[in-house]
Amino acid sequence: MADTTQEHTHGGDTAPGDSREELLSSLKAYVIGLALAIILTATSFWAASTHVLWQPGVPIGLAVLAVAQMGVHLVFFLHITTGPDNTNNVLALAFGVLIVFLVVAGSLWIMANLRANMMPLEMMDLHHQR
Amino acid sequence: MFGKLSWSAIPINEPIDMIASGLMILAVLGVLAWVTVKGYWPYLWREWLTSVDHKRIGVMYVVLALVMLLRGFTDAVMMRLQQAVSVGPDAGYLPPEHYNQIFSAHGTIMIFFMAMPFVIGLMNFAVPLQLGIRDVAFPTLNSVSLWLTASGILLTNLSLVVGEFARTGWLAYPPLSELKYSPGVGVDYYLWALQISGVGTLLSGINLATTILKMRAPGMSYMRMPVFCWTALASNLLIIAAFPVLTATFAMLLLDRYLGMHFFTADGDGNPMMYVNLIWVWGHPEVYILILPCFGVFSEVVSTFSGKPLFGYRSMVAATMAICILSFIVWLHHFFTMGAGANVNGFFGVMTMIIAVPTGVKVYNWLFTMYGGRVRFNAPILWSVGFMVTFVIGGMTGVLLAVPPADFILHNSLFLIAHFHNVIIGGVVFGVLAGYMYWFPKAFGFTLDEGWGKVSFWCWFVGFYLAFMPLYYLGMLGMTRRLQHYDNPGWQPWLIVAAVGVAFILAGILALIIQLVVSMRTRERRRDRTGDPWQGRTLEWSTSSPPPAWNFAVLPQVEREDAYWHMKRRAREERAAAAEALAYEPIHMPLNSPTGFVTAFFAVVTGFALIWHIWWLVILGLVGALITTLVFAWRDESEFEIAAEELAQVDRAHQQAYWAGDTP
Amino acid sequence: MTATTTATTLGGHEPPHTHHGMPASASAAGPAPKRIIIAYGFWLFLLSDIVMFSAFFATFAVLGKATAGGPTGAELFDARNVAVETALLLFSSFSCGMMSLAMDARHRGTFYLGAAITFILGLGFLVLEMREFANMVARGATADRSAFLSGFFTLVGCHGAHVAVGLLWLGVMVAQVADKGWRATVLHRLMCFSLFWHALDIIWVALFTIVYLMGVR
Repeated sequence: MADTTQEHTHGGDTAPGDSREELLSSLKAYVIGLALAIILTATSFWAASTHVLWQPGVPIGLAVLAVAQMGVHLVFFLHITTGPDNTNNVLALAFGVLIVFLVVAGSLWIMANLRANMMPLEMMDLHHQR
Repeated sequence: MFGKLSWSAIPINEPIDMIASGLMILAVLGVLAWVTVKGYWPYLWREWLTSVDHKRIGVMYVVLALVMLLRGFTDAVMMRLQQAVSVGPDAGYLPPEHYNQIFSAHGTIMIFFMAMPFVIGLMNFAVPLQLGIRDVAFPTLNSVSLWLTASGILLTNLSLVVGEFARTGWLAYPPLSELKYSPGVGVDYYLWALQISGVGTLLSGINLATTILKMRAPGMSYMRMPVFCWTALASNLLIIAAFPVLTATFAMLLLDRYLGMHFFTADGDGNPMMYVNLIWVWGHPEVYILILPCFGVFSEVVSTFSGKPLFGYRSMVAATMAICILSFIVWLHHFFTMGAGANVNGFFGVMTMIIAVPTGVKVYNWLFTMYGGRVRFNAPILWSVGFMVTFVIGGMTGVLLAVPPADFILHNSLFLIAHFHNVIIGGVVFGVLAGYMYWFPKAFGFTLDEGWGKVSFWCWFVGFYLAFMPLYYLGMLGMTRRLQHYDNPGWQPWLIVAAVGVAFILAGILALIIQLVVSMRTRERRRDRTGDPWQGRTLEWSTSSPPPAWNFAVLPQVEREDAYWHMKRRAREERAAAAEALAYEPIHMPLNSPTGFVTAFFAVVTGFALIWHIWWLVILGLVGALITTLVFAWRDESEFEIAAEELAQVDRAHQQAYWAGDTP
Repeated sequence: MTATTTATTLGGHEPPHTHHGMPASASAAGPAPKRIIIAYGFWLFLLSDIVMFSAFFATFAVLGKATAGGPTGAELFDARNVAVETALLLFSSFSCGMMSLAMDARHRGTFYLGAAITFILGLGFLVLEMREFANMVARGATADRSAFLSGFFTLVGCHGAHVAVGLLWLGVMVAQVADKGWRATVLHRLMCFSLFWHALDIIWVALFTIVYLMGVR
């Protein structure tokens, strides 16, 4: 593997998981990532169990914390950044996130709408299927 | 010991089943015997079954697809004959449970095992050549994908001989497909065959998308890629995004059936509608996975045979990528009638109409490419023109069905059947056949017979209209789909016309076979020595026909779109000028590997064991697959070198042949 | 003579060389090196895997209240157990990072240590998860009790199966390093493994938030 340096840089390409900047490639990035992840996780568990917070807001807060933590993992552990050399990796990720959003949000919307528009099961004659 | 498997699994009491399976077994044995007698096994094993060459894998995909076209078409003939006679007192010749298996098998085979392998085969063959590179990103994985698809096909056809196939329609909606209402192995055959081949398809999608995004010839920027590569990229991105949803959905149905879970059951608070929702999250992108590469084929064909660059290249690319995204926001139009409210139905109806816009852009682009061109009416462009006419009609009936109130009247009727055959035959089948005739000389080094190609086209074209226009009408009369028997004698004349249409399509398929036989017999006369039989515009035509294993001795330098067209023009201008000799350097090519074939063998074993609940065999199959993977992971040699002298020799011979056959 | 002329114009030229710090644009350089191709392909695979999880997540969300009169999440879930699981997985992600750094430095001892810690933490996670499942089954909360429990066992179990596969993979990779040393294919596979392991942790973040934290509300 004498040619790893050449393999690392190809036409401004990086592999997912590659870290080109010194700061990120070092131990430091992992430590920062770990610390941030611990803080975010701890906050999530605390927010879910405490009664201090305004309850209807908690799910939104949990969602925000989860998204933030996923971002931390992506940047500090997977080294997916918005640098110009990372365009393809980020585009693929964006496509994936869009699909995930469409699948989950679309399904929830459709199924909630079906539930709201259909006769409750108890009123249907299901021939004792249940 | 053998789970649910016993001698009673072989349908001895059903004559039609036995005749069909007997014929199939005879055909398979015949082929095997022929190969054995001729002593072709070593050659087949070395050069084809273990091949990791993208061109050969592409060819094998297409062979699978053509064989499955015959199988799926046989089902179609049986259905048309049944419906042509089974009115009033006449019950026809197919009992209901058999008829149900036939329409389920027809849909499953035609979509998963005819259209998908055909499209993937064409992409596999043409994309690396068009990109000017030597192979796909993961050659051995490519072989695994092929053989997993073949495993799915094998399991599906096995159901004809051992056991039964699903009677649930091609998407196996629950609760009908749940254990309670389908206790046999039919649905299990369906699910495991599609799970295994689905993994193959997903891996193939990842492979080709990586190839297109990371492995283009020097200078080939995105906006210099041939349109077929763009459509292949969109199609493979859709595979990556959609097939996992199918896998998850089938996995949940399997868990319901095997472990008594309650995802989609009518009891235990399960929700069958969630299955319908998820299956169409995959299902709608799936139709674009099939049609987009065909749009790419038409783009290449229209541009080549019109002798003009494609009109509106950029709008074509934009339209392709727009369809790629939009195809994920329309899935509900497959179940408008399930009970969603006006807001949801309205949204998805409007999105469905919007997706017709980029498709319309494409049709205009093809028309304007032909406009003012000197069009050569070879067989591939006949399919393309036939497509444009037919697909526009199918598209319009699709937009009609996208209107929820209209859909409430027409859904589940023969109008729907006519619509999707209109776009799938008129779009996908015409597209893959155009691609087959267009790239055949590149793959085998000789052209296909034009006359029989044209006969085939006209038979298919006329046959399609005869077979499906009556179904539109019958749909509006109120005839629902999947009827084994009906009481309205007024429908019969139209169904007889449809059966006559199927006879025409049969003639078209026979013409395809005759074309292949005739062309093979006269292949010496029809050799393509230049490598460029159609005056092509893209890089696949710049190498010899068939291309050497390495495709290009030196990777081409791409300077603009329609790369090969401009290289040829410049080459002619500079022909007299002196130039330096080309420096050939030794290259490395991947070694052939039995990994794919062996993995697929264990996949079949595992699948079969799961279907029949033979648990020890399941474990054996899985362990076998794991060991195969480990053996592959531990191999020391993965590539072999091809010397510069060999490259130079082959390449120079091609250049000489090219200029010898060139008439400027 | 003709042949050489056309070979130049038809065949093309060698790709331009790239220099460190001054890369040519991707398209000008020709096919990317093997390492980038493999990592990118694996990245696409991971995204497809995440899409598959999204289907399970969507189903779980839709069926979340469909308990058919059986036990609910609030009755079954133990937040402390989940917190410990989360911690184990998070630290295993970190030690997997250390393993990657050791690999980059070609430092075998540290690599084995990192791999061992990652393996043990991952195994600990699996054991806790199995124990949780066993407890639930013992209380009658089996996967065939209700749609909610089907969704729960499938979603969480699918992640657990991924972790198990990851452990098997890690074991194979340690054997490969021991047997084959730092050859290119081994390095590529290790890179894919670390992407896989980190991705599993990302999925777990979504999982503990949606299933355990929001699911009990």
